[in-house]
Amino acid sequence: MHMADALISPAVGGTMWAVTSGLIFWCAKKVKQAADDRLVPMMGVLGAFIFTAQMINFSIPATGSSGHLGGGLILTALLGPYAAFLVMASVLTVQALFFADGGLLALGCNIFNLGFFPAFVAYPLIYRMIAKDAKSGVRLWSASILAAIVGLQLGAFGVVLETTASGISDLPFGTFVLLMQPIHLAIGVVEGLATAAVVAFVARARPEALVPISGIAPKSLRPVVLGLLVSAVLLGAVVSWFASSQLDGLEWSIKKTTGQEEFQGSDDGIHAGLAKLQEKTAFLPDYGFKKSVEPDERAEPWPAVNAGTSVSGIVGGLITLAVAGLIGYILKAQRTARKKT
Amino acid sequence: MDELGRLDTPLHRLDARTKIITTVAFIVAVMSFPRYEVSALMPLFVFPFVLMASGNIPAGSILRKVAFAAPFALFVGLFNPWFDQHAALTIGSHTISGGWLSFASIMVRFALTVSAALILVACTGIHHLCAGLEQLGVPRLFAVQLLFLYRYLFVIGEEGLRMIRSVQMRSTGSGPLRLRTYGSLTGHLLLRSMDRAQRIYCSMASRGFDGQVRVLRRTALGWRDVIFAGGWIAFFIIVRNWNLADGLGRWLTGCGL
Amino acid sequence: MSKQTIELKNLCFSYPDKTEALRGISFRIGYGESVAIVGGNGAGKSTLLQHLNGYLMPSNGSVLVGDQPITRETIAAVRRSVGVVFQDPDDQLFMPTVFDDVAFGPLNARLPPEEVERRVTAALERVGMLHLRERPPYKLSAGEKRAVAIAAVLATEPDILVMDEPSSNLDPRGRRRLMNLLSGFEQTRIIATHDLEMVVEICQRVIVMDHGTVVAEGRPADVFMDEAKMLRHGLECPHILRHRHPH
Repeated sequence: MHMADALISPAVGGTMWAVTSGLIFWCAKKVKQAADDRLVPMMGVLGAFIFTAQMINFSIPATGSSGHLGGGLILTALLGPYAAFLVMASVLTVQALFFADGGLLALGCNIFNLGFFPAFVAYPLIYRMIAKDAKSGVRLWSASILAAIVGLQLGAFGVVLETTASGISDLPFGTFVLLMQPIHLAIGVVEGLATAAVVAFVARARPEALVPISGIAPKSLRPVVLGLLVSAVLLGAVVSWFASSQLDGLEWSIKKTTGQEEFQGSDDGIHAGLAKLQEKTAFLPDYGFKKSVEPDERAEPWPAVNAGTSVSGIVGGLITLAVAGLIGYILKAQRTARKKT
Repeated sequence: MDELGRLDTPLHRLDARTKIITTVAFIVAVMSFPRYEVSALMPLFVFPFVLMASGNIPAGSILRKVAFAAPFALFVGLFNPWFDQHAALTIGSHTISGGWLSFASIMVRFALTVSAALILVACTGIHHLCAGLEQLGVPRLFAVQLLFLYRYLFVIGEEGLRMIRSVQMRSTGSGPLRLRTYGSLTGHLLLRSMDRAQRIYCSMASRGFDGQVRVLRRTALGWRDVIFAGGWIAFFIIVRNWNLADGLGRWLTGCGL
Repeated sequence: MSKQTIELKNLCFSYPDKTEALRGISFRIGYGESVAIVGGNGAGKSTLLQHLNGYLMPSNGSVLVGDQPITRETIAAVRRSVGVVFQDPDDQLFMPTVFDDVAFGPLNARLPPEEVERRVTAALERVGMLHLRERPPYKLSAGEKRAVAIAAVLATEPDILVMDEPSSNLDPRGRRRLMNLLSGFEQTRIIATHDLEMVVEICQRVIVMDHGTVVAEGRPADVFMDEAKMLRHGLECPHILRHRHPH
């Protein structure tokens, strides 16, 4: 579920960066207030544990496929939401930096989708409510599974919103939702099973380990609900922003492809038609409806470009790529030559 | 990756902050191109290529990692040709749909941004990277968390691997574990990790740890840093505003001049 | 800095689950002594070591460093004069480079940068690992890790060095190097170990523990020669003594 940079627009990526940076600062402050020195090595080692655990697979009965631990829920059970969020953020950062798993610009989105929802929503609102203090049995298993499902559904929905808002992928919102949510329902069940299996073992082997260290859990649900509200408003802002930024980008690209002076005369008709179309559809959000509101070829917002430009673009692009490679090669050769002398 | 971070080249000697800021500027520049842009992105390949060459970073290791991470972008990007089938480009009798164009754009962006992030790590090293992040205002607790996570990644990873190996040696086949086995194996690893954290704390406390992790800083920003960041950012701005590749192509093919 | 002694007075400790780990241990170690603590698994060695720098607090009895009993108030001072080298160097080397790791203690003591540099260099030189200063600790061999872990403790300039199984996991050459290093120290050394041959070579005194009590104490050669007693407590007489002619 790690999003890649290539699918994110700077506006969406930047917004989510701001949101997660704020969360990191807030959580760091909270953890600091707890003033428990033991947390420093514990958080680091548990991060490494989650990293490893994500690579240990177990077979899912009767399906032939396999699954693994997500980490957010169990971390929250062990460390409380603030420290757990920081650990998830660090795990995702290292994955992005060292393993190219999710991009740097998308990091904000990924931390939010995979860290915020389990730590601040799924665990306190679902897991705690159902499991109470049960450390085994139906209560534990149903709580884990439900909490994992809710956490992942929200996360997956976050992915859909962020991708759609970025407008880089053409997947219509509805289709994307229908693709993502059921897949993550299944993944949620699997993750819930994994979490419950581990919690049940730890509860049997060393029950005291499951009491969050220094008990830094939110005293009431208020900060959680507040956090949810803020994130909802922010997400809403991103989505609405997208509508306008997408339009800007669109206009910009049209100008870019048709606006060259030498073609202006011949393409006037398209331009005029386009403007009319834009007027007509201006009240509609421009995502998801691209196909349906475009009645004919001529009114396409992205008209066929003169073959000359296209060929020059391709030729130029390839040559630039070659030149870039050549610069690198020469630099490298120079270095090795210098080393030899 | 870690070995690369400890090489000693002019690039490695630059301050971590400079490299972080330049890389972020690069990624933002790449992302800010409109969705159908392919050719204008090409000059940006100069950045990763030059960095790889001057930082002595083997291109193979970066490429392998980029390819390894490609499936997700490929998965989502592949829908574009499906949903966006209007003709965007005509070459002779062939037309290329907008979907394919934006798909190509996604893959180019992907290659650029992912390789830039990997190169940043390879030419800086986690140690300086975390120090740089902290100097740039990231909470110290988080910077330290990254360091500790990275440090114990190998230790815990190896421990997990040993446990899995011992289970596999005692069971038939090497498929994934059954849920019950999985629960106790992973739970065990968790408890061992927590014990280790306890011991680490113990050793930290015995050397006077008081909640603050202190590191002796030995870096300072120099004129090289200013030139590096300034030069590259100027280059990104130029590339962002003028389609160099297209200009070159037009000049070479002799049309549209 | 005063050259300090360490004294245990009727030290008792029970874990929260009521396991009695230490039942009335008393001994005194003078400055510059090299003392081994031996005993079978579960004899209480590790629990004992954890009391020496105040990581665990006695349920009964007391630990005196110098003439000060370890309490919440004196713990910071105690930790400055008692340095502990842990069994698994991976638990002790947590910083990204050898330099940072060795500098961890001095930096926590808020020493000025030049002093930190001096101490780190001196400590690494002492253990012969100065060439590794910029390396990440997890890339080192077991012997190198152990040496760096010792340097990290030396850099805090303790009067008393406490070591848990310092020779475990080392190859013969690494073990020999360690023994030469340890016998060259002038600080008080308290070494918990199963390596009885090493004890014979580098310790003046040995304390044998079993079931949380001291069952024998004296010069290693004398204590270990009582074979029946050694076997009773899960130990044996080291070869090095068996094949030596009686003097």
